[in-house]
Amino acid sequence: MRKSLMRGALRGLPILAGLLMLSGCDAVLFDPKGPIGESEKSLILTATYLMLVVVIPVIFMTLWFAWRYRDTKQSKATYTPNWAHSTKIEIVVWGIPCLIILALGILTWKSTHELDPRAEIVDGGEPIEVQVVSMDWKWLFIYPEQGIATVNELAMPVDRQVRFHITSDTVMNSFFVPQLGSQIYAMAGMENRLHLIGNEVGTYDGISASYSGAGFADMHFKTHVMSEGDFDAWIEKARGSSKVLDDAGFAALQEPSEDVAPTFYGQVKPNLYEQIMAPYMDGMELGMSDDQMRHMKKGGMHHDSAEHGMSDHDASGHAESAMATEE
Amino acid sequence: MANNAMTSHDGAHDAHDDHEHHDTNGLKVFGFWLYLLSDCILFAMLFAGYVVLSQAYAGGPTGAEIFELDFVLVETALLLASSFTYGLAMLGMNRGDSSAVIKWLMITFACGAGFIAMEIYEFHHLIVNGHGPDKSAFLSAFFTLVGTHGLHVTVGLIWMALLIFQVKQKGLTEMHRGRLMMLSLFWHFLDVIWICVFTVVYLTGVML
Amino acid sequence: MLGKLTIEAVPYHEPIVMIVLAAVILGGAALFGFITVKKKWAYLWNEWFTSVDHKKIGMMYIIVALVMLIRGFSDAIMMRSQQMLASTGGHGYLPPDHYDQIFTAHGVIMIFFVAMPLVIGLINVVVPLQIGARDVAFPFLNSLSFWLFVVGALLVNISLGLGEFAKTGWLAYPPLSGANYSPGVGVDYWIWSLQISGVGTLLTGVNFIATILKMRAPGMSLMKMPVFTWTALCANVLIVAAFPILTATIAMLTLDRYLDFHFFTNDLGGNMMMYVNLIWAWGHPEVYILVLPVFGVFSEVISTFSKKKLFGYTSLVWATLVITVLSFIVWLHHFFTMGAGADVNAFFGIATMIISIPTGVKIFNWLFTMYRGRVEMTSPVLWTLGFIVTFTIGGMTGVLLAVPGANYVLHNSLFLIAHFHNVIIGGVVFGAMAGITYWFPKATGFMLCEKWGKRSFWFWITGFYLAFMPLYILGFMGMTRRLQHVDNPLWVPYLVVAFIGACLIMIGIACTVIQIAVSIKNRKQLQDTTGDIWGGRTLEWSTTSPAPFYNFAHEPQVSELDEFWEMKERGIEQEAKKPYAPIHMPRNAAAGVIISAFSLVFGFALIWHIWWMAVVGLVGMIATFIVRSFNYDIDYYVSVEEVERVEREGRERRALPSARTPNDTVVQG
Repeated sequence: MRKSLMRGALRGLPILAGLLMLSGCDAVLFDPKGPIGESEKSLILTATYLMLVVVIPVIFMTLWFAWRYRDTKQSKATYTPNWAHSTKIEIVVWGIPCLIILALGILTWKSTHELDPRAEIVDGGEPIEVQVVSMDWKWLFIYPEQGIATVNELAMPVDRQVRFHITSDTVMNSFFVPQLGSQIYAMAGMENRLHLIGNEVGTYDGISASYSGAGFADMHFKTHVMSEGDFDAWIEKARGSSKVLDDAGFAALQEPSEDVAPTFYGQVKPNLYEQIMAPYMDGMELGMSDDQMRHMKKGGMHHDSAEHGMSDHDASGHAESAMATEE
Repeated sequence: MANNAMTSHDGAHDAHDDHEHHDTNGLKVFGFWLYLLSDCILFAMLFAGYVVLSQAYAGGPTGAEIFELDFVLVETALLLASSFTYGLAMLGMNRGDSSAVIKWLMITFACGAGFIAMEIYEFHHLIVNGHGPDKSAFLSAFFTLVGTHGLHVTVGLIWMALLIFQVKQKGLTEMHRGRLMMLSLFWHFLDVIWICVFTVVYLTGVML
Repeated sequence: MLGKLTIEAVPYHEPIVMIVLAAVILGGAALFGFITVKKKWAYLWNEWFTSVDHKKIGMMYIIVALVMLIRGFSDAIMMRSQQMLASTGGHGYLPPDHYDQIFTAHGVIMIFFVAMPLVIGLINVVVPLQIGARDVAFPFLNSLSFWLFVVGALLVNISLGLGEFAKTGWLAYPPLSGANYSPGVGVDYWIWSLQISGVGTLLTGVNFIATILKMRAPGMSLMKMPVFTWTALCANVLIVAAFPILTATIAMLTLDRYLDFHFFTNDLGGNMMMYVNLIWAWGHPEVYILVLPVFGVFSEVISTFSKKKLFGYTSLVWATLVITVLSFIVWLHHFFTMGAGADVNAFFGIATMIISIPTGVKIFNWLFTMYRGRVEMTSPVLWTLGFIVTFTIGGMTGVLLAVPGANYVLHNSLFLIAHFHNVIIGGVVFGAMAGITYWFPKATGFMLCEKWGKRSFWFWITGFYLAFMPLYILGFMGMTRRLQHVDNPLWVPYLVVAFIGACLIMIGIACTVIQIAVSIKNRKQLQDTTGDIWGGRTLEWSTTSPAPFYNFAHEPQVSELDEFWEMKERGIEQEAKKPYAPIHMPRNAAAGVIISAFSLVFGFALIWHIWWMAVVGLVGMIATFIVRSFNYDIDYYVSVEEVERVEREGRERRALPSARTPNDTVVQG
């Protein structure tokens, strides 16, 4: 009797786990507000269902076999102590996982390319450019085309993609708005590009997803997806601010600070973003081969090369993927 | 208990002893090969790091500007020669000729020490001219890769000096033979690594 | 004179730490006092500290690991409680300065100073016995490895009382871990504790590959080795291949910090992405180093307690080899979000998924071992069943994380945290508990109390699910890792449940401590006088419990897989009538302890920039090694009379009552 309690409890735990997990259905990752987030949600669900094909039988078999073949004096179960091989079973246990992984592999290949952060979102409209700089311990957002900047507040027009150019002025961070989709690392001297789009007006949390020091927990910001009209008004409001993000303004911002309230800058020094990146790019700028220089010039300072999928990151990405494949 | 154990040693088991000792050296050499494989990977990582950072000049000098191939050629010749002379030492060991072993080890030591002296000179020269490892990622990687090799050679030299002393003192015992074999592997391994360094760092650096 | 070290290094402003320090110092003093009063120093030195006996070294690894588990777990319960308390905008009781060290130390301690030594400890105790050898290939190096590991653990613990630990996360990514952003001594403690113990681990790898490949009993071909030995071999191959990567990478970081090099700095051309690649090129094989041996443990345990041959031995071996090789080509899955292109991300994602195939095969092999067996529900079996269920779930979430598109929203979230605890606790911890319980009688001569063992299991497994299933959900709810405080009322219930789960685990750990104490107290009733208490199948069960210090009086001759089982089936007398020969054994060695002591001086001095002391440490290490090289009296022969005496004592022991015998199905407890 004690053993059936044990068996019941062992069986009960994963069910409890499952229930707990289902109860998280109102979780932000399952309530995406844009196509990127939606694709990612469906990926998670599809992959999970595919694997449950194996996982559920395994858990069932574990508990069932332990119960059925447990050692008691009254056991009537067959006992074959030397049976240790079956080609049929081998074929099945190698074969079925292979098929599942094949399916998952195809799904992975396709989805990874579709969800490439650097790729423009199809039917996403004319991208709005936003430059993102992670600092200690806040996020700086520069809207170069509109000539304004904010700290710890992001705004996007609904149904229109934003092309984020992401770098860092200090240590590694990760730019992440969970309800809109992918995160990507912010690293000094390098630019990562990310395309996100919001299909529903609302306010969503944004965070840093890579620990960066004492003030990390407060590196959150609100992302407002708003109608075009509201977005223009928001830009105007920012323009109205008397704060100027020039060299002095930026230097002030570089002082470590935590839990910074949203701040607006009505004017931004032109090319400030490139200027922020420059000191960290010594090694890359000079001494590069001609090829690398061309790569950089094409994808770096000029935004219209997005279709070619080239970027500043490629220059360092080159080295990085060269490294990855080398090992 | 182990320390107090009796060490009675049946004469009848002498042959058994030798057999075991042969096995012991075989085992030691095998283990040393395994260590060398790990060292290989260590160097591979330093090479990888060097390659990744090889263009990160940070406004400073490139390889072509600071590498002096003539100098490095002499260094290389010294190291390669030292491998040859170590080989002669091993031939002496196989003949049971301990004085030959000591002689050739001393010459090997001199060559190796010369290599190190030249490398120290090269490093010093670079640093006083403002091209130290703190000046750029490229230089950091260069000094680390070449310097790690140099450190290994230095350890080899200390080991060699020790073995010279020990062979002088006790002759070519089983244990010394095993150690000489391991140092031999080590020394030749460092030679191979140097050839890679010479090629990947100096030759490529000057050509590109 | 003392570099950066001043009295300010002592955290006397922090009450929690000072209380812990006081407890440690008092407890330590009490222990030292006790040993002194009982005049046990000579015994400890001669029988344990300078021992080169793999069985003793293995036991010492496990003892230190269990002690460090308590420290690592204290970190865990502090983290859970802090997050629970600081979940609605308040800042809890652990300021970031503290909290950030705690989560860093938690990871470092659990991986390097709990999981690794548990696994290496089991390998040490068991493998030479399983292959019919008398010790490892290089017994002195084995001792050195252990003491270098101890020094690493000591340094981490010293950081609590002098200075600080790193505040970077357990892998210390630059530039945060560089001199610019972490100017204190914390990262330097991290560097030297890992470098020093890492050397020890590398030597262990060399040692066991040589042992397994070269010292097997005659007739034991590779495909007749027990599965645990196979998994140990593969894990040690991974050690030799992967640990140099760690050494090189930490060395580069060290140069950046100490000598202003620019491997990973933001300026002058440094490349932090290179660090991430290198550290994970080590980091991924590392987790397989941890998990492969426990796969071996489960294979042995389930086969023995199902009283049935292990199903699919050949495919288990091949699956292990495939996992070993594949573990080297998946490392990028730890940073899909760093920005590599789609081709690269997809390749690594698919490679990662492929590993789940041989892993799944192993699980089925264990299940079909139970099938039509006679499964006895001992605590090792409970740990195994718990493992299969738990690890399967963890593996599933791992494959999920391996899909780059999913990873983009799950990376660094609590979902990730839940996943790796799922597989490490469900795999490594449960496996270590099973292995310790299973081989404890072989090592000590008495078994562990089953009642407390089962209690520990139930608290662990319930605690685990309560602690980590909520974290999966929190990951879906957008909570990222390493947060000192949060402000989201929706998250609070999950954080509370997670804390309760952690408390249950704490009770589980307490049960294990009680189990050990009770078992020592009742060791007479729990004694194993048969040498084969569970009815084992492999060679280690052919010796007495504990095994004689030389393991086997006669070298076993092997002709089958599960040789010992076959011997029993054939009814072969275990007392060989052949005459004994003197046995060649290594002497004890103090050099391992001494070199390591100097390495402690070396590491400590470098941390605090006390250069003269560093030179003393370094010279001391080298000098001790050199002095040892002049010691030619490093082995001896055990006389025939001695062997006869030990064997006779073993036979006399068999006549005594045993807590259980191979034919029992009722377990005392």
